[in-house]
Amino acid sequence: MTVSLSTHAETPLEQKRRFEHGGTTMAAGHRVSLKNLSAWYEDQHAVKGVDLDFEPNKVTAIIGPSGCGKSTLLRCINRMHEEIPGTRVEGEVLLDDQALYSDAVDVTAVRRAIGMVFQKPNPFPTMSIFDNVAAGPRLSGTKGGDLRERVERSLRSAALWDEVKDRLNQPGIGLSGGQQQRLCIARAISVEPEVVLMDEPASALDPASTLRIEELVEELKTRYTIVIVTHNMQQAARASDTTAFMLDGELIEAGPTEKIFTKPDDERTERYVSGKFG
Amino acid sequence: MNAVLRPVSKARKRRDLAMRASLGLATALALVPLVLVLGYVAKRGLGAWSWHFFSTDPTGSFLGDPGGIKSAILGTILMVALATAISVPVGVGVALYLTEYGKNSWFAKAVRYFVDVMTGVPSIVFGLFVFIVLILSGGVGGYAGWKGSVALSLLMLPVVTRSAEVVLLLVPHTLRESALALGSPRWRMIAKVVLPTALPGLVTGSLLAVARAAGETAPLLFTAAIVNGTSLNLGQRMNSLPVQIFTDVGQAQDRLVARAWGAALTLVVLVLLLTLVARYMSRRSRLT
Ligand SMILES: Nc1ncnc2c1ncn2[C@@H]1O[C@H](COP(=O)(O)OP(=O)(O)OP(=O)(O)O)[C@@H](O)[C@H]1O
Ligand SMILES: [Mg+2]
Repeated sequence: MTVSLSTHAETPLEQKRRFEHGGTTMAAGHRVSLKNLSAWYEDQHAVKGVDLDFEPNKVTAIIGPSGCGKSTLLRCINRMHEEIPGTRVEGEVLLDDQALYSDAVDVTAVRRAIGMVFQKPNPFPTMSIFDNVAAGPRLSGTKGGDLRERVERSLRSAALWDEVKDRLNQPGIGLSGGQQQRLCIARAISVEPEVVLMDEPASALDPASTLRIEELVEELKTRYTIVIVTHNMQQAARASDTTAFMLDGELIEAGPTEKIFTKPDDERTERYVSGKFG
Repeated sequence: MNAVLRPVSKARKRRDLAMRASLGLATALALVPLVLVLGYVAKRGLGAWSWHFFSTDPTGSFLGDPGGIKSAILGTILMVALATAISVPVGVGVALYLTEYGKNSWFAKAVRYFVDVMTGVPSIVFGLFVFIVLILSGGVGGYAGWKGSVALSLLMLPVVTRSAEVVLLLVPHTLRESALALGSPRWRMIAKVVLPTALPGLVTGSLLAVARAAGETAPLLFTAAIVNGTSLNLGQRMNSLPVQIFTDVGQAQDRLVARAWGAALTLVVLVLLLTLVARYMSRRSRLT
């Protein structure tokens, strides 16, 4: 399956195919590749020429000290970086073999294909639990299939269905922090993305909720390519297959998580994962 | 004696008391005129109130029954309603442009500056402007209710725009980002996330503008003009509460002056009600 990112609207058939495909348990995942990616805020060079591949159906963790450019890198992947005035991106981001920054690509299609979960749970405050999840298809204009069914499936995938199925009409902000974050995950996957980006998704949560999110990530990777930024070394070690270490806007090294945590090539990585700085 | 938790000295206690007392006194002083005005209006106005007062039009006759203020109440409601229908969509639209699109561009800055200037323009200037452009020019007839509404809407526009911009800026940026990150076009993000979140605040700001417009005399004097009978047609001359008060107070007859007090109290109550609804709405808002 290829992901349609062109400016032309999807035909109902294409939509149906994409919808059904995303709905089944196992989809061929999609690879995201960064080619010499650089990002700026005004003239501050926040991401410096990063080359990195995110493998299909794998969880890649991005680690590094505060301010090293992890969030910026993540936001370049779904083109949210350009929402901040005065910013600039150079280099390429490829989804399979489509260049996301090419002129022919519609930015809303990029964001439909690449979902995002933010650090702080942020359900829409005016919407019910149901509407928060339905906001995905509604806002992105994704049609096809039964909305109720889609909402239920997303909530089930986010391991939240059983807790909220009897109060779908209550406000989303009435849930606990951990539930709210799973609601946001349900919202993100309700659009049937191919890739899910998570920026410290558990940093505002208690240990039990954190663990639930990690289990969820483990489950979601059967269907999505997942990139997760985290400050928590144990979390990176537990939840990811690949780890990338960034320092000062540069990618220092990336590789299998076990290798990065046990015998990294670079001495700076070694010092960071062993807690000697950062 | 414990050196860390030294007791407060007598002098300091005295100073504290003096400061509190003078602040309390200043507050009381500021409240005096307000209480006096409200009390006096209520005292004089209630005497004029009766069923007859609200259910008849001014007769215009100097002898006999002067009539009530029905046409003035209906005229104020109609003209302010039309002014609201003009200024709220435009004002909220301008505010949306400023917060969602223009941001800090030079054009947005210029718009913001002009809106600020407009806030300071005396209301009589708007009345004169409409008088010159819509009445003296002769193209669209003479005095009419809708021309009064135009003058009022010019007055309301900066108030609505400014308050809407403040409220829209209170909508957390993260909500906009999560909508966009779902693949929402910008306009849909605004319609489905930003506006509903800001709604109570937008209503509050608009109601305060309405309350302000309801009490204005000057923009109506040269636009909707003076008339006694009730008209529900905005294409014709229309009476209004402030104009009724203005003309009645100038008369050398106690009965007419009494009607002015009654009308003034009616206006105060109307504005008070609007303000109460506005406060209620703003308390329902989830934005701080
Ligand atoms: N909106 C912004 N405007 C200007 N500079 C920014 C902005 N956001 C981030 N930066 C700068 O870009 C650099 C990278 O920031 P980024 O948020 O990507 O770091 P991070 O690795 O995610 O840090 P943290 O772990 O603290 O979230 C930092 O030096 C930061 O100061
Ligand atoms: Mg960050």
